[in-house]
Amino acid sequence: MDEPRRTAPLAELLPPMTEQEAAVEANRCLYCYDAPCLQACPTHIDIPTFIRKIATGNLRGSARTILESNFLGGTCARVCPVEELCEGACVLGKDHTPIQIGRLQRHAVDHVWQRDIEIFRKGEPTGRSVAVVGSGPAGISCAGELAKLGHDVTLYEKRELGGGLSTYGIIVLREPVEVAQRELRSLTRLGVEVRTNTEIRTRPDLQALLARHDAVFLAVGLGAVPAMGLVGEEHVTDGLSFIEASKLDPDHLHVGREVLVIGAGNTAVDAATIARRGADVTMVYRRGEDQMTAYRHEYEFALLEGIRYRFHTQPIRVLSEHGRVTGLECLRVELGGLDASGRPTPILVAGSEFVLPCDQVITAVGQEKPALAVELGLETEKGYIRVDDDLRTSAERVWAGGDCVRVRGSASTVMAVQDGKLAARAIHADLTANAPTTTITVTPSVTGEVNHG
Amino acid sequence: MADLSIDFAGIRSPNPFWLASAPPTNSGAQIIRAFEAGWGGAVWKTIGAPVLNISNRYGTLSVYGQRVVGLNNMELISDRPLEVNLREIAEVKRLFPDRAVIVSAMVESDPRAWADIVRRIEDTGADGIELNYGCPHGMSERGMGAAVGQVPEYCEQITRWVTSVASIPVIVKLTPNVTDITRPAQAAVAGGANALSLINTINSVIGVNLDTFELTPSVGGKGSHGGYAGPAVKPIALHLLSAVATTPDVARAGLPISGMGGIQTWRDAAEFLLLGATSLQVCTAAMHYGYRIIEDLTDGLSNWLDDHGFASVRDVVGLSVPRVSSFGDFDLSSRVVARIDPDKCIRCNLCYVACNDTAHQCIDLHDPAGIRVDPGYDERVNGKAVADGRPQPVVREDDCVGCALCAGVCPVDACIEMVSVPSGRESVTWSQLTREQPAVTQDWAAMERYREEVGIDIH
Repeated sequence: MDEPRRTAPLAELLPPMTEQEAAVEANRCLYCYDAPCLQACPTHIDIPTFIRKIATGNLRGSARTILESNFLGGTCARVCPVEELCEGACVLGKDHTPIQIGRLQRHAVDHVWQRDIEIFRKGEPTGRSVAVVGSGPAGISCAGELAKLGHDVTLYEKRELGGGLSTYGIIVLREPVEVAQRELRSLTRLGVEVRTNTEIRTRPDLQALLARHDAVFLAVGLGAVPAMGLVGEEHVTDGLSFIEASKLDPDHLHVGREVLVIGAGNTAVDAATIARRGADVTMVYRRGEDQMTAYRHEYEFALLEGIRYRFHTQPIRVLSEHGRVTGLECLRVELGGLDASGRPTPILVAGSEFVLPCDQVITAVGQEKPALAVELGLETEKGYIRVDDDLRTSAERVWAGGDCVRVRGSASTVMAVQDGKLAARAIHADLTANAPTTTITVTPSVTGEVNHG
Repeated sequence: MADLSIDFAGIRSPNPFWLASAPPTNSGAQIIRAFEAGWGGAVWKTIGAPVLNISNRYGTLSVYGQRVVGLNNMELISDRPLEVNLREIAEVKRLFPDRAVIVSAMVESDPRAWADIVRRIEDTGADGIELNYGCPHGMSERGMGAAVGQVPEYCEQITRWVTSVASIPVIVKLTPNVTDITRPAQAAVAGGANALSLINTINSVIGVNLDTFELTPSVGGKGSHGGYAGPAVKPIALHLLSAVATTPDVARAGLPISGMGGIQTWRDAAEFLLLGATSLQVCTAAMHYGYRIIEDLTDGLSNWLDDHGFASVRDVVGLSVPRVSSFGDFDLSSRVVARIDPDKCIRCNLCYVACNDTAHQCIDLHDPAGIRVDPGYDERVNGKAVADGRPQPVVREDDCVGCALCAGVCPVDACIEMVSVPSGRESVTWSQLTREQPAVTQDWAAMERYREEVGIDIH
């Protein structure tokens, strides 16, 4: 490969909009009534209203409109697959160009962040206390909404930094580390106590939380990265760890010159995109182009980045010499009948072994189901924590949301934010329905019962 | 290709587009460039009494990002020495004998002063004189400009002073800052004017600065009204043009009218022609984009004439004037309803909210199965596919009063059309009705009986 090594900096890919750019784009919005973008957004941000506020120069009001529906408006503005959601539903998309809703949203939220404005205040204290476990998007969302309603919230995070996937798993090209940290700062200013390096691992841990708090919201994400069963798998770089290193310690990120990425989901594309900053990158996928789980726009973005694809290829062995990767041995795959997921079953072609030379293999084949669910004694559904429409788990006073309950729909940041919001609403309803009462005196002859309603 | 040339009270120009008397016609060097760009004529920025200008002078109105929808100016007439202007006028006319060179003038209300300026203008070889009776600021306080145009008697007298000594055509430029523009128009006719032009700028305050609380424009912290022009004033100009064009005295005298006020494109120009303008004056559009706009003005107008089978621009002048009518003569039985083309509709539902909130509540939302639904959404449904199941606005034609608000707010061209439908009632105008049944205009019970009798249902 004679192409020069790419050394593009690891920075946010889309530039911020200038005031002028935002004003022109905002004025292009039709201000639809009962707008499809609003409906398409999983958090149902009143998009026409926030865009109109940009057009009228009411940036602070615009940010309020966004953040009232979505506490993580700054994150979602950057990571949402807008082509599949709001922008995909824009009425101008049919024979024109949809409004750049994501970038406008970022413009409005950045406006208040740059001025260090906080939109919300902690609500009147209710005297109730909630534990939120996991500080990813679902956890931050739930904690923020509860604090706005006046509840005391403690946010528990097992890692050193809060933010979950926003901090560790979304590539810098889309969301720099500072964004989730800024959202966490808003939380602490609402009085939320953030306890990092604190893991909830066992049933007694959960019982202890329930003893200290009136309710618990679990936003624990998914489980470990599964082994692929490759021979020589110890030489493989895990995609999520690779992305994490690219965000937190980019100066020491090891990237080969000839990189293979196994998988075809969004994380695989992300890992490939990072590797592509310095290497020739080929993605290896056992099925075909039509079966990729990555969003179409992500796939097309990867092609534009110069990432190559090798479909119908099943890796079986990582080849190495003296601990250094030298290639990936693969089998050719033919596609058979549809499997349970509705996709064609890959059938390995015996004797079709071939070697793809490379000096690094990165895998991104998904994460396991949340093992914690069973550990905590919660009912599960296909391995995910089972919840009802209000995100209530099988355990008393325990709610859950985000990827750990994502048995239906796509696991995405914005869906997690909505879970956090809906759970907060349900928790609030529950807590206020059983508000502590100290002043009621009851005449026993009337009912004999204390009605805390 | 249609012939764009005109003859305006004896003033000839290769096309009907003249730069109006304003900053774009401030100097010979500018007008030479404008003529090189293709302008058919120019009305020289008003010359006359000595003045001093102020800084700053313009305020602009932006509407949702569209700049210069309106332009307000507090600039006075030419502040260049009279001699310099006169010398340059002569030079421009010598260089461009085929273009219309008209000189706008404004002097003290003294017949000798007017006679003097008329003589000096004629000495330049200019094709005509335009009397500035409209300047709404700075000059009116000195008894000139609008101070003349607003008083029909002064208007007639000064016009007579000028026409009695002038040998070239005299155009009287009317101010819109009056209650009834036809009265100064008639006064100008009585004073012997050869032509009229309208409108001058409209009194306006463009805005207030929300940080300093100063008016815009601000002259050392103080503000005042100025003269308003630009696209925003076009509808007012069209109205005043139609009023003057249908004034019997003006029509009888056969005076040509030079129309202006917000002409930005050839489309605007064609509308002015149809309502009776023979020549067209442009200022704000040139101040926004430069002289180069003349290319599309002439090209577009020519193509439009060709498309409609007109050989000459002269053929369309006043074609719409016979349609200028009034409420009393409208057919009360004429009925139109809105019809939405579902294939063109993009489901922005702006028509729905406009009709439902502010008009006559006759647009429903239908889901893809044709069932009437209320606006709103299911909180647990999301994704771009919501656009596919989105309800479609449908007009309940029986209840539609044909107000056309929906067609006005629809962002898609020709998606909502106002369609003529039979009302089932005999034609009758308000004037006829009030002659034949005067009771209906005075008594609600009589009106109700009449409605019932002819089948008018107000919901």
